[in-house]
Amino acid sequence: MQTRRKTIQQSMVIAGLLATAGFPQFANAAFNKVGFDAKSIQDAVKAYGGGTVSESKDVTVTAPDIAENGAVVPLGASTTLTGVKHMLVLVEKNPSALIAMFHVSDAVDTNFLTRAKMGQSSDVYAVAIMADGKALFAKKEVKVTLGGCGG
Amino acid sequence: MADPMRIRAQAAGDKATVRVLMSHEMETGQRKDAAGKTVPAWFIQEVTATHNGKPVMSAEWGPGVSKNPFLQFAVKGAKAGDKIAITWKDNKGDTRTDEATVS
Repeated sequence: MQTRRKTIQQSMVIAGLLATAGFPQFANAAFNKVGFDAKSIQDAVKAYGGGTVSESKDVTVTAPDIAENGAVVPLGASTTLTGVKHMLVLVEKNPSALIAMFHVSDAVDTNFLTRAKMGQSSDVYAVAIMADGKALFAKKEVKVTLGGCGG
Repeated sequence: MADPMRIRAQAAGDKATVRVLMSHEMETGQRKDAAGKTVPAWFIQEVTATHNGKPVMSAEWGPGVSKNPFLQFAVKGAKAGDKIAITWKDNKGDTRTDEATVS
């Protein structure tokens, strides 16, 4: 009985490890350096399997018109579309254009908000990459009064 | 990094809005310190969230996310009493997990 319990315990540990190590779709998605090194919106989108970006009314980028403090600019990406795989938030004129990439699952709303640094006034993009590779975006110009990259 | 994350999860209808405030420097690797040396990049790269142990969201971040990062998202089907856990991992390999109960 001891051996059986140990075996079950061990397989549960392994199962737990497997579960936390990342379920299938996320297993390959350990930090994607290419996406974050991309210098343009299109390159970052391509790094996540997206095709040519096209503007869409179904994607919304949430951002202030004027950011008082470029070090902390609330930026959000949301969409009403279904079948979305990733949501990206990008700041065009930042040294590293891609701010964040969110994996979308059935368990969460496709609506994410975070705060980012903006070095200068720039367009902010929210991109939704669909399961079939279509990339849809929305953009908004954000004016920054005080740049946020410590420069 | 030593400070715990502040996680607030509030149920409203059939979902819970989760707000997280993490404590992290988020150095871009572009800044120079007082001596003129470039401060090396040190930022959270991966964030994952679980709902009652089940992974529900994961994100990859770059150095552009603000210091002491804020994150907000909504978990479907979460109700009061459920557990939400947030884990982050940074580019130095450090990691931290904090948990909160949906109210």
